[in-house]
Order: sequence, then C-alpha cells, then structure tokens
Amino acid sequence: MTEDQLILTPNINGADDFYADLLTAHEGLSKAESDALNARLVLVLANHIGKRAILKQALAAAALKPGEDTA
Amino acid sequence: MNKIFEVPLYPYAHHTDEDAAAPARRKVVVIGAGPVGLAAAIDLAQQGTEVVVLDDNDKVSFGSRAICFAKRPLEILDRLGCGQPMVDKGVQWNVGKVFFDDRQVYDFNLLPEDGHKRPAFINLQQYYFEEYLVKRVRELQEQGAPIEIRGRNKVSAIGTHPDHVVLEIDTPEGSYNLEADWLIACDGAGSPTRQMLGLDFVGRVFEDNFLIADVIMDADFPTERWFWFDPPFNKGQSALLHKQPDGVWRIDLQLGWDIDKEREKRPENVIPRLKAMLGEDVKFELEWVSIYTFQCRRMEQFRHGRVLFAGDSAHQVSPFGARGANSGLQDTDNLCWKLQLVIDGKAPESLLNSYDVERVHGADENILNSSRSTDFITPKSEMSRVLRDAVLDLSEHYEFARPLVNSGRLSVPCTYDGSPLNSADALDGPERTRPGSSCPDAPLGDGFLLDKLGGKFVLLTIDADAPDVFEEQGIEVTRLALSVKDDKTLALKDRYLGSNDSGVYLIRPDQHVAARRPSFDENQFRHAIRRAIGKE
Repeated sequence: MTEDQLILTPNINGADDFYADLLTAHEGLSKAESDALNARLVLVLANHIGKRAILKQALAAAALKPGEDTA
Repeated sequence: MNKIFEVPLYPYAHHTDEDAAAPARRKVVVIGAGPVGLAAAIDLAQQGTEVVVLDDNDKVSFGSRAICFAKRPLEILDRLGCGQPMVDKGVQWNVGKVFFDDRQVYDFNLLPEDGHKRPAFINLQQYYFEEYLVKRVRELQEQGAPIEIRGRNKVSAIGTHPDHVVLEIDTPEGSYNLEADWLIACDGAGSPTRQMLGLDFVGRVFEDNFLIADVIMDADFPTERWFWFDPPFNKGQSALLHKQPDGVWRIDLQLGWDIDKEREKRPENVIPRLKAMLGEDVKFELEWVSIYTFQCRRMEQFRHGRVLFAGDSAHQVSPFGARGANSGLQDTDNLCWKLQLVIDGKAPESLLNSYDVERVHGADENILNSSRSTDFITPKSEMSRVLRDAVLDLSEHYEFARPLVNSGRLSVPCTYDGSPLNSADALDGPERTRPGSSCPDAPLGDGFLLDKLGGKFVLLTIDADAPDVFEEQGIEVTRLALSVKDDKTLALKDRYLGSNDSGVYLIRPDQHVAARRPSFDENQFRHAIRRAIGKE
C-alpha cells in the first residue's frame, strides 16, 4: 500500500469508541446543526489529509463508487 | 461643479469622411471608446497604424464601474505611456477583512511580492481610467500619430467582406459609410457588433443583480477591502466596501435574481440599505447608483474574418476577482502586435488565429475562477450553503480554512500553455517564466525589467552571449543583455534562471515568453521567431 492510496481496510484503533464519539458529538443537535457539524468535520479531516489524490479517492469511495473519479 | 463623467470629452465634430463620394478606407476601426477600445487604439497608433475609434456616446463611463486594476494591466499601460497617472491617482490597499453574519471572521494582508514596479492592483474609477487614456490619445495626436476618436458616431450596420468591412454610421448630422481593413469590436457586454453579425454568446448564465453605489463620505474607514457574507443588513446575500480616490467609496450589495430593478435603484430604497450598512450616523452623499446584472459566458471564437472581438464584447465574467476590464486589456495586448505584423505584411493572417486560441484560454480561466467565486458567494443548493457556512465558521478559528474562503480570486495574467506560438521549453528554469508566461518584473538598479523590454521582440540574455541585433523574416530582434549582478535582490535570478548559470529568452512584444534556452543557439532561435509569428 502506497501513501497515495486511500485506506479502505480497518484502520481505527478502538472503532467502537470512535463511533460512539461521533454519535456523542451530534447528540442534542438539530438537523441543521448536525449538518453543519458534519460539514466542518469533513473540512477539518480533508485539510489534515491534504493530498488531492487521496481526497479524490475518498470522494469516490463515499459516493460508493470506488475507483471512479467522481470529482 | 461638473463631474468628469458629465463633460463631453470627445464631442461630435463633422468629419470629411462624411462627405466622401465613395466611402473612405481606414486601416483599423475600433468600435467603443471604453478602456479596452482606447487601449487597442493607443497600442496601434503608437506603432504608426492608422486607427479610428467610433463611440455612440461622447463622454467617459458614467459612474465608477470597473474599479480594480491589477498589476499586469498597469504594466501594459506603462507600455502605452499612461501607467503613471493611473498609479498616482489610484488607491492602493493590502489589508482585507472578511465578515460573516454579524462578525468579522478574519483579516489578511496580501503581502505583495517585492521587486515589481507596479503594485498588485489599484482602485480607480473607470471614468478616471478612461480620462487618462483619452489624454494619452490627445498627446499622441499632438505628436502626429494617426489616431482619432469620433464621438456620437453610432454604427448601425456592418457588412463583412474577405478583405475589409463596411460600416454604416449614424451621426447627429446624418449617416455615412466607412470602410476598414480591420475592425476591432470593443463595444461591451451587450455588443451591438456581435448582434449585428448574428454571432453566438454561449456559456453558463448566472442571473444575479448587484446594487452598485458610489458614496462620498468623510468616514474613517481604513483603506481596506471589506467583504461580507450574509450580513444582517443584506440577509442571505453579500456586500463589498472598497475605497476609491477622492473620498468616494464603492459599495456593492448583492440583490439576488428576482428583483424589480427600477424600484431598487430609487434613492428612497437605496439610502436605508446603505444606512443599515454604514451606520445611522454616517453622513454620505450618493454620487451614482446602478444595478448590475452579470453573466458568465463567452463567444466561441473571438476572430471572425476581419472582425476581432476584445473585452466584454467577447467574454463576460462575474465581478468577483476584477477580471473584466483587466482581461480586456490583456486581449488588446495580445492582439495589437499580431495585427500590426499582419498589416505590415510580416506575418500571415493566420497569426490572428493565435489571438483566438490564447485569449479564449484566458477567458476560460477567468470564467472558471469567477464561476467558482460565484458558487461560493451564492450557494446554489442547501448543501453547498452548509459547506460554505462551515468554511466561514472554521475560518474564524483556524487558519487552514481561510484559503477556501472565496470572495473573488484577483486577476493574474494568464499563461498561454500549449499555445502554437510557444517553442518547447529548453531551460530547466523557474516554472513562472516557462514559454507562454507573461514576464514577471524585476528591479534593475534604478529601473525595472519590463520598462526595458518595451513592446518589440527582445532577446533577453542573462550572463549569456548573443548578437546585439538579429533579424529573421523581417522581424528585428534586439538584445537586452543583463547579468544577475544587475539585480542585487536576486529577483532576476530567482525569476528567470533558478539554478542555471545563464539563460536566453525570446520575448514577444506583449512581454510573454516565446522560447528559452540556457544559451544562444542561432538556429533554434530562428525557429522560435518563425513559430512566434505563425510561420511554423
């Protein structure tokens, strides 16, 4: 696996804990507030990744079209 | 007191062409005495080509209109002999503030790169800009240059022929016909020329309206660019505050697409909006109010036989990024030397097709950039608004989000990558001076590089040998011999050599790079010249 390759195999230590954190972050928020939180989260994570090639693969993977260039 | 835009600067005067039994024939006719048309005419007249500018009006632009002039157009104006008065009068700024809802989210300093004669841009009302161009026309006339402006000469019909055009022109004293070898249409976004010739104007159409106001006030707002997303005084829309010379402030309020233009323009509707923005106590006087509707689109081709389109007549962009008048000046900069060579018989007519290739590329770049700004400023869907607002909220707290904020990407010169006039890059040099690039300026002791390049073909040698003059196909190329030692700041080295010890550049009359190599190679540079004039 090269570093220009999006990781699509399990990669989070404590997957259940992360998922619980994600739900907790949304607790008590309205739909609009949750949408805003998700949007900010995407932008924060995208900036952390930084690599356009990875981000393109991530957009395709999220669209459930891995391997396609949807961007 | 009369404002400059209320005084006829080129009033109608009877011309003998109106009495001619057979239509007079002129080398070049330019339709439209706006910034682009005047720049084209000055460029050609400076090279000795006869040019007549026709305008249906007799005054400079009413109201400020285009107000932001970027570095490259200012450099072009230097070559046209009128950059200095623009820069002397214009307002320079480096700090911008971004507001979202009811708060400032961040500010920025443009920190322009050192070692350029001209600033990143100036704010100057279009009427001053045009006034200085008209002054330059008068100066050229005094020196005997073959240039004239005919006010209140409205073109009402155009006949196109393989080697000329025929114009029917209406004046206050009646109609007359005039022939021209070449016609340059600089008659704006609604171009009557384009309509008379039945030509397309395609692209993505955004319908959006802006209330544009010039406001005179003694306010202690600093000389900064303030941009608001979704402010309380203009909910769901944007607003811009910019300083112009003479204590005139320019305010752009986005209104959306479904509005009653006449109603919005009335002072009783405008003044409350401005008060909500500036504060109830601020005293101001309205100089000019207009509603501006914009679209993003371009003609498929800018050359149609003997008719050449330049500026807004060929392409229109949103106002974000100041890419209208700025790109129009780059159009004429690109066009005029080519037209001159064709008129002089030194280049084939097909050279003009490269105007089309290069400036369509420029227009597409401008349309792409301004469409992206528009999409950020006016989100088109619920989720694009959510993402936009997320960027703005994050920008208040984290630096990383600020480059994503898009209130307009300011006009920078287009690089003509892939142009048929470029020779393959033979220098492993800086990216910014690859063939197709516009030459970046550099300080040379008491002067600047671009002033020394001027407006002819130049062989720029940096620590390299070459003949002082050399001719190919009737094109005389003069050498500008420099050394990295000529610039102690090392900007010349950084911008033109990179890690190389020497470099030789063939530079076009519009100061774009045609070819570059580490050293002079006669055969290669002869090829490069032929290529640059459309002969290879």
